[in-house]
Amino acid sequence: MKIKTNPVIDFIKPLSTESEWTFELLTTYEQALQQINDQHYQLDVYPNQIEVISAEQMMDAYSSVGMPVGYNHWSFGKHFVSVDKSYKRGQMGLAYEIVINSNPCIAYLMEENTMTMQALVIAHACFGHNSFFKSNYLFQTWTDAGSIIDYLVFAKNYIQQCEERYGLEEVEMLLDACHALMNYGVDRYKRPSPISAAEEKRRQKEREEYLQTQVNELWRTIPKSSNSATKNTKKRFPEEPQENLLYFIEKNAPLLEPWQREVVRIVRKIAQYFYPQRQTQVMNEGWATFWHYTLLNHLYDEHYVTDGFMLEFLQYHTGVIHQPSFDHPYYNGINPYALGFAMMTDLRRICSQPTAEDKLWFPDMAGSDWLATMKFAMQSFKDESFIQQFLSPKIMRDFHLFHLQDDDTSKQMEVGHIHDDTGYRILREKLSNQYNLSMNEPNIQVYEINVSGDRSMVLRHTQHNRRPLEDQQCQAVLKHLHYLWKFDVHLETLYQDEVVKTYHCPEPLLSTEAD
Amino acid sequence: MSYIVDRRLNGKNKSAVNRQRFLSRHRAHIKKAVADAVSNRSITDLDSGENVVIPKRDLSEPVFRHGPGGKRDMVLPGNKEFHRGDKINRPPQGAGGGSGDGQASDSGEGMDEFVFQITQEEFLEFLFDDLELPNLLKRQLAGIESFKMVRAGIVSDGNPSKLNVVRSLKQSKSRKIALTGASKRRLKLLEAQLVELQQQDPILRDAAKIVALEEQIAQLKRKIKRIPFIDTIDLRYNHHVRQPKPSSKAVMFCLMDVSGSMNQSMKDMAKRFFILLYLFLKRNYQKIEVVFIRHHTSAKEVDEQDFFYSRETGGTIVSSALKLMDQIINDRYSPAEWNIYGAQASDGDNWNDDSPLCRQLLTEHILPKSQYYAYIEINPRRHQALWREYESVQEQHPDYFAMQQIADPADIYPVFRELFQKRQPRSTHAA
Repeated sequence: MKIKTNPVIDFIKPLSTESEWTFELLTTYEQALQQINDQHYQLDVYPNQIEVISAEQMMDAYSSVGMPVGYNHWSFGKHFVSVDKSYKRGQMGLAYEIVINSNPCIAYLMEENTMTMQALVIAHACFGHNSFFKSNYLFQTWTDAGSIIDYLVFAKNYIQQCEERYGLEEVEMLLDACHALMNYGVDRYKRPSPISAAEEKRRQKEREEYLQTQVNELWRTIPKSSNSATKNTKKRFPEEPQENLLYFIEKNAPLLEPWQREVVRIVRKIAQYFYPQRQTQVMNEGWATFWHYTLLNHLYDEHYVTDGFMLEFLQYHTGVIHQPSFDHPYYNGINPYALGFAMMTDLRRICSQPTAEDKLWFPDMAGSDWLATMKFAMQSFKDESFIQQFLSPKIMRDFHLFHLQDDDTSKQMEVGHIHDDTGYRILREKLSNQYNLSMNEPNIQVYEINVSGDRSMVLRHTQHNRRPLEDQQCQAVLKHLHYLWKFDVHLETLYQDEVVKTYHCPEPLLSTEAD
Repeated sequence: MSYIVDRRLNGKNKSAVNRQRFLSRHRAHIKKAVADAVSNRSITDLDSGENVVIPKRDLSEPVFRHGPGGKRDMVLPGNKEFHRGDKINRPPQGAGGGSGDGQASDSGEGMDEFVFQITQEEFLEFLFDDLELPNLLKRQLAGIESFKMVRAGIVSDGNPSKLNVVRSLKQSKSRKIALTGASKRRLKLLEAQLVELQQQDPILRDAAKIVALEEQIAQLKRKIKRIPFIDTIDLRYNHHVRQPKPSSKAVMFCLMDVSGSMNQSMKDMAKRFFILLYLFLKRNYQKIEVVFIRHHTSAKEVDEQDFFYSRETGGTIVSSALKLMDQIINDRYSPAEWNIYGAQASDGDNWNDDSPLCRQLLTEHILPKSQYYAYIEINPRRHQALWREYESVQEQHPDYFAMQQIADPADIYPVFRELFQKRQPRSTHAA
């Protein structure tokens, strides 16, 4: 390889000058980045496993929604078909990388990428995302990076066995039903037990039998001995409303077979594994983008890379963090990369070069050690609280954020607040709410089971801001729920403690009652 | 600490199973798309892939979510002119609203449709799903193609390329054991004696005996060494034998009327029908021969290209084609060896006295030799003499003769399916 020697700084040669990558160069770049990280930033990372894959394999990885090993289901096929189509027609480029929250942290690099791109991806995924996965409190609490791959292998094999034993159709129907309730398969507040594949496998048989006996206990119809009749205070079941629908079904559905309970559990565990990713999009991408930007600039400062490399990198980078405004035809919500990167960069600025405004808004942070402050922010927040805590007036001005209120009782929408002194705090709160999953998803809980009667299940949807459910989808989900519960399912929508609407499955034949 | 792994050579069709499941779940839609495609496409690209359109609602994965209504707060970027308290009209439905129901589209790709492409292979699979040639028999015959090589154990003679190394070395090993066993035993004995002698006091030793023993030992060693490591008698070869394979040889006769009474669109329909038939045969039966016969007043055997794409015209004598078919059967396709099929397309228009002759030819000459004969009449009008004659043929041979009418291009595929639908196996045809 020819290396251009620069008379001024020929004591350090750039790592590469061409756009083709090789395996040696990947290693070189990875080591250079590692060295810079060790010397200057000390991000705590899992070991990296960098896998080079082709575009077709990237599409496979795409359609299994980020699971490196996935069980088979038609919905992944649908996803694949649509990705395949838009890619082949050139409507869509593929992501440059996919990174898996596992230990070692697996990052997929596409072979079509240029050397610059590969370096960017290594910095982004293997240092940015990787350190985020390792240190953010949500990931620490909810996921076990060490065992996820094993668990997914266990899940795939288990579901395959079920298919062999009980038939494709049966398993598919069950998975359809579980997927419909997947977002309601997580505990929002309780700390879950981490999943461990070895443990799962060992205890799975045991659990099957135990679960069945528990269920039988609940539905026992043999009359109890006489003394129990005396304290016949009518206890509601469940005593408290349950938010984790899949968990409730797994433990209490009367007619599910043991293997079906296990499948419900698998879907629930996978939902739980992905839950932190859904809650930290802005932070996670912002953190990774900040670090690829910082690390690559550092490489440049040390003359490891050429000007051409930097120009190419900056072009990709600006593309990634582009935020079209709301009236732009390409507008598709707030770009998490843009917002995240802006906030992370801003955090560093507030620490190292605070303005008078920053000192007023962030008295503790202004002037503090930027690296420590940023690591603290990364470790201890999720999108919602991160925005609430760190969104500065400067970012709101830069993004020209404004708040819009759409109330169906008034004819027009109203602009609530804009980026001015009176608006900053409210704007920040509203934006923070926008990332609050429990406000964006309808609040639906299991309210009551008719234990002694027809075994029907009553769910309650508590409306927030009078926002109703989408009728057709709701009805379809209830059908799936009915498939799992196998007795009548009712859903009541409450607004200010009054039932305003009900859904039933099976639907009542005569809807004469206006309820 | 990092590893870099090259995964590019790993399988790339990880999603194939999921894709297959997706396709089978939406079989009905795909079949409809395929059927539509067949009647709409031009003759030349009948067998390429196809876009399949599935309404989004049929493949939605429902989840609980909010519908339109209530009070919503939004924070948006890119404010240019708004101030607090400004009133803005709602954007038209669909833009920014994000609700599920948009407008249905009838052309191209709408918001509520999911469009994807199936490959040519899949297209044909769906096209000819559940179809077969009826009454196909396996006939024993001696043709070169119908042999296959099967393994037949190990032999001691053969071609060097089929040398079985493991078996040959086993053989060599056992031969060596057998040939040297006695000598080795004796050698051991002598060596023991020698050692015993040598341990005796030098004065008492029998020197001559030692020399004799040493000589014997050397001789034995030479003998053992002379046994070759491998000998020609050790060589073993894999053996294969040719086994005759019962095969189903079949020939399809395509008879098409190109007379002047058939207008261009009718000829087009006939050709479409035969193209379907031809694709079906090519795909599902490897060793099938197709004979193309085209007729007006006289019949002529032509090749595929001429049959589908050339234009010729004249009066009509249907029996000429049947005669030619019978003649070709007699010349080239003995019914003892071949499964014989016929498909005939015509507008039903025939020379006055010819139709009874057709019936006679069919019942007496062709049907007894054939497995199945299908007649399609391309004719939106009322039937003529030929149809009535053929009806009587069908009454006599309901299992081996089928007839259908095609009035417009949309009928072609359903009629084709009807004619070649998979049936229950029935008793064999006494030819």
